[in-house]
Amino acid sequence: MDVGNILVWAVWFAAAFACLGSGVAVVWFSNPFYSALALIGNLAALAVLYLLLSAEFVAAAQVLVYAGAVMVMFLFVIAYLGGRADAPWAGGPTWQQVAAVSAAGAILVEVVVAVSLKAGGRLSSEPPVDAFFGGPHQIGELFLTHHLLAFEITSIVLLIAAVGGVILGAHSRKLEARVDR
Amino acid sequence: MLIRRSPLIILLALEIMLNGSNLALIAFARQQGTADGQIFALAVMAVAAAEVVVGLGLIVAMSRRKLPLDVDRMTTLRG
Repeated sequence: MDVGNILVWAVWFAAAFACLGSGVAVVWFSNPFYSALALIGNLAALAVLYLLLSAEFVAAAQVLVYAGAVMVMFLFVIAYLGGRADAPWAGGPTWQQVAAVSAAGAILVEVVVAVSLKAGGRLSSEPPVDAFFGGPHQIGELFLTHHLLAFEITSIVLLIAAVGGVILGAHSRKLEARVDR
Repeated sequence: MLIRRSPLIILLALEIMLNGSNLALIAFARQQGTADGQIFALAVMAVAAAEVVVGLGLIVAMSRRKLPLDVDRMTTLRG
C-alpha cells in the first residue's frame, strides 16, 4: 500500500466517523441551534465522502446548496423562534420511541444483509473512471440529454415550493392580523 | 425522526435521512461506473430544498399564530 492509498483511507475514516458522530449529535442536542450546527458538520463530512467517490460536482452543490442556503435558512428560523424553538425530550421511553428505534435498527440490518448478499465480493473492486467522471461537464450533458424530464420536473418542483412559501407567509400574516384584532 | 416532538428537529432529522440516501446513490453510482446515480442525488437535493422551504414556512406560520411547536399537540388540520 503506497502513501496515497493510506492518505485516502485516513481521510475516509475521519470523514465517515465525523459523519456518524455529527448525525448522532443532531438528534442528541436539546438546543436546536447546536443541532443545526452539527448538521452543517454532517453535510461537510458528506461532501468530503462525495469527493472521495469522485463526485466533484455533487460535492460542490452539496456545500453551496445545503451548507450555504438551506442551513442559513434553518438558522434564521431558529433565531426567529428564539426560546420557543427549544425542544426538550418527550420524557420516558414511550411505545412510539421504542418502535422508532427498533424499526431503524431493523432497516439497517436489512440494508446490510441485502447489499452484502447481492454484491458481497464485488464491493471492494471499483471500475476505473477517468477524470471526466462526475465533473460538471458530464453532469450537465446527462441532465440535458438522458435526464431532461427529471431536470424539468425538478425546476417545476422548485417553482411550486417557492410559490408555496410565499403563500404560506402571506396567509399566516392575514391570520395573525385576525388573531390580534 | 420519531423520537422528538419539535417540528424543527424533525426537519433536521429528515435532512439526515435524505443525505443518507444520497450517499448510497453516489456510492453505487461509483461502484457501477455510471453517473446516473449522481443525477438522481442532485434531484433528491432539489426536493429536499423544496421540502425545507415549505416546512420552515409552516413552522413560522405556526409560531406567528402562537400555536405550540409540538407535533403531538397539532392534531387537527383546521386553522
